[in-house]
Amino acid sequence: MSAPSVEKGIQAIKGQIDAPVASFFSACVHCGLCAEACLFYTETGDPKYTPINKVEPMRRIWEREYTLFGKAKAALGLSKKVDADTFAEWETLVYDGCTMCGRCSLVCPVGNDISDMIRKIREGFAAAGYAPEGLIGASTRAVEIGSPMGVKLPAVQAQIKHLQKNTGLDVPIDAKGAEYLVLLSSMEIMNFPEYLEAIARIMHQAGKTWTIASKAFEATNSGIQIGVSDIAKLLVSRVVDAADELGVKTVISPECGHAFTAIRWDGANLIGRPYGFEVKHILEVLDEFVKQGLIKTAGMEDAKLTYHDPCQIARKGGVVEQPRDLLNRIASNFVEMEDAGEMNWCCGGGGGVSANERADELKLTAFNRKKAQLQALGVDTLVTACANCRLTLEEGLEENNMDIPIVGLTEMLAEHLVEDDKEKA
Amino acid sequence: MDDLTLGERLRQRGVSRRGFMKFCAATASMMALPPIMIPKVAAALEQARRPSVIWLSFQECTGCTESLTRSHAPTIEGLIFDHISLDYHHTLQAAAGDAAEHARDEAMKKNWGEYLLVVDGSIPLGENGNFSAIAGVSNLEMLKEVAEGAAAIVSVGTCAAFGGLPMADPNPTGAVSVSDIIKDKPIVNVPGCPPIPTVITGVLAHFLTFGRLPELDHLNRPKVFFGQNIHDRCYRRPFYERGQFAETFDDEGARKGWCLFKLGCKGPTTYNACATAKWNEGTSFPIEAGHGCIGCSEPNFWDAGGFYRALSLPHANVGETILTAGAAGIAIGAAAAVLNRKRKSDAVDNRETITIKDLSKES
Amino acid sequence: MDANELLAWARGPGFDIALTIFVAGMLLRLLEVLALGNKPDLSPPRGSGPKGAVQTLLSRNLPRKAVFDREPLRIINGYVLHIGFFIVLFLYGPHIVLFESFLGFGWPALPSGMIDAVGAITILSLIAALVFRLNNKVIRFISTKDDYVAWTVTLLPLLTGYMAYNHLVASYTMMLALHLLSVELLLVVAPFTKLTHMFSFAMARWYQGYQAGRRGVES
Repeated sequence: MSAPSVEKGIQAIKGQIDAPVASFFSACVHCGLCAEACLFYTETGDPKYTPINKVEPMRRIWEREYTLFGKAKAALGLSKKVDADTFAEWETLVYDGCTMCGRCSLVCPVGNDISDMIRKIREGFAAAGYAPEGLIGASTRAVEIGSPMGVKLPAVQAQIKHLQKNTGLDVPIDAKGAEYLVLLSSMEIMNFPEYLEAIARIMHQAGKTWTIASKAFEATNSGIQIGVSDIAKLLVSRVVDAADELGVKTVISPECGHAFTAIRWDGANLIGRPYGFEVKHILEVLDEFVKQGLIKTAGMEDAKLTYHDPCQIARKGGVVEQPRDLLNRIASNFVEMEDAGEMNWCCGGGGGVSANERADELKLTAFNRKKAQLQALGVDTLVTACANCRLTLEEGLEENNMDIPIVGLTEMLAEHLVEDDKEKA
Repeated sequence: MDDLTLGERLRQRGVSRRGFMKFCAATASMMALPPIMIPKVAAALEQARRPSVIWLSFQECTGCTESLTRSHAPTIEGLIFDHISLDYHHTLQAAAGDAAEHARDEAMKKNWGEYLLVVDGSIPLGENGNFSAIAGVSNLEMLKEVAEGAAAIVSVGTCAAFGGLPMADPNPTGAVSVSDIIKDKPIVNVPGCPPIPTVITGVLAHFLTFGRLPELDHLNRPKVFFGQNIHDRCYRRPFYERGQFAETFDDEGARKGWCLFKLGCKGPTTYNACATAKWNEGTSFPIEAGHGCIGCSEPNFWDAGGFYRALSLPHANVGETILTAGAAGIAIGAAAAVLNRKRKSDAVDNRETITIKDLSKES
Repeated sequence: MDANELLAWARGPGFDIALTIFVAGMLLRLLEVLALGNKPDLSPPRGSGPKGAVQTLLSRNLPRKAVFDREPLRIINGYVLHIGFFIVLFLYGPHIVLFESFLGFGWPALPSGMIDAVGAITILSLIAALVFRLNNKVIRFISTKDDYVAWTVTLLPLLTGYMAYNHLVASYTMMLALHLLSVELLLVVAPFTKLTHMFSFAMARWYQGYQAGRRGVES
């Protein structure tokens, strides 16, 4: 194709501006409440992280391209331009200082969805060549290798072998006609292999057919994170094609934030047609299984624990009650942190931030918000349902010398699973 | 013409000293003078000689004269009026024709520089001033001629003061006020359509007492009579404050004497003494009779949007304005919308697909 | 021009021009926004878009606790400002007459004394809002000339109205003329400033709410 350029970037943003975006810019009254909801502002105190400020280049383009008044202002030289300097100055605000967590969108009094605008503005930054190196690398690996972390099928197969040895259970690969297609995130494959094992046991107990796809085991969508729809489409198509080919009924999105957003909400729009299958988050599936009596749990964790809501799953995904229903079955001392639920604070590593090394320091500063929430509670264990959150939280806790182990909810549920062949205490 | 003082004349007419002092007290109070001034007013009026007054009636309806001279019983105002040497007045004089004009010329010559010129009616400028002429002389010429030797000019009624009804849109006669023509003489405007009788006599009394015109506002109206708006002295004000308005002339609110704002009352922007001095020797005034103030002592009150159009409404029909503007807005908006759609579809159509190779800047 | 002439102009051509620019301008802005379209969402919905839209239209009228706790005074002041402005605009007798003239119906008025008090409070609240804007580092950072212009044209009608009612500074006729002129200034300027939010807030809430309703998420 062609090299990135400021012109391409501006054109990309122009194409992204739709009626909702235009209405948001028309409605913004500069009240600044979005900043009060954004952990990058609250923990740094730097007003440049005010969410609506992060999308200022898009506003300039909207005003001068799509409003008569703006065109007149531009002709008189009364409005600010968008040029290379603008892209350079805003790159860290758009990528390093934002996880698209959506908290700002929830508090805006006039109803602006700022996090969605961030997603759209990234299209321009990427097209102009102002995407962070870390994300470019992740996307490249995702496209060329199949996983942003460079995980290939053999690594997955190795994990499966371990699993078979541990549990005696099989992990079907490319099983045609299975009911569920299970996706994995690289993070889980590399760092939290307990997840796959938990899935295997739960599926077996529930008596459900399932499979993973050799050509599309990766759930993480780097295209969403870097903000390039073409790449996002390419990546999601692999999953869609595999699901269609295998004829599955439901695709299960794993414990990963933006993966869920990508496959559940963005996918059909990226490929331009509705799916022939359903998409559910693993927590939704587990909740269903429990409520249908397909799986049972026994015993309780008595450690004082709390739950961190991954943004894309809770606030943006609507899966808020299910993890709590599940946890309440297996935890006797489950306490909620302040702002728990839809308004919970982001871990600070989502939306591509954790893949962006340049943002490490900022990410750790942002973690102070989560630190405050945890310290106020004084818990022994932290439960969550997103591998990226988990890693980010682990890094933050370590940096702050806080000794709180983190567990994935699926994994914890599996530990209390009542299995027919053997009883678990 | 005799040379009796006003005091002598009044006594001749049977007005007692006590009656005279009561009148002086009332006059002083009307002019907002402190009680200590009453003896001064009495002394001045007592000694007042007969000033010569020339009254010119131009493009008028004679309502001002009617108002001033309307009395059911001889009033002291009327007697004061008698006291001035009214050397020329179309309606009131006995003479006519050449004899009348001759009387005017003589009075002017005899009292040159000292006579008081009173004008009612507007002055038409159209057709070389020929819309209104007296004895072959246009109002315009006559005004200039007589004003030259006047000590001061009193413009009685809104027509003389501000142009009045004849000046209302489209002003076919080219009517203007006295102040529009005479620039080099002291002028006091006593507007009203017509003015209140006691107001005009109060001005004259002031002139007779102090030898000069009373303090005037920016429109040259005596502040003492025109310094407050009707709204502030209106007895129906509590209803305005409570938000109780008559909606029609015979609804419940009207019958209960509620505020007439919605029926177009211009009380808030009209400055006159109607709400305090009232009419017909304190009998009533328009609002009390159930009709909103039409603002007749203000310039251009005929063109102020309509007597029955509330002050908070614009002249035009708001609904129509909105619809017209709406049509314009939709037209411009549609054009802008088409432009926007084209720009957006161009941006979307001309977008090149991005691959991983297109992400890094060449550096 | 004296007070009477100014008032006549304000009630005459002034009002016509101002109202025309306001209505046409707002429609223009509205159509400019709508023209950009909204691609239909092909993902399967979890809930109802319209329901979410309506819910969001209402829910954003109240602040979220998390944000309120951080800026209680500023948020409360925002309410005082808006509610005060609406009370003065919509519940004062002479104003209701204006609305009645083109809506075809009116409604009961509040006593003028109350309106006067609310007007004074609203003016103070506006001043407080300016103080916040100048002193809060976030808002100061994101503020533009537009914010200060909008503030000024919003203050002037309240101020001149208060002054007219209380006979301050100039004659009632002059203050009324200035009041009408300041309202006309507000009308003319509004479509070109953030004051468009008086209409676009509903669109923004609707669009975000619709998507949230579809996705079955909080909004």
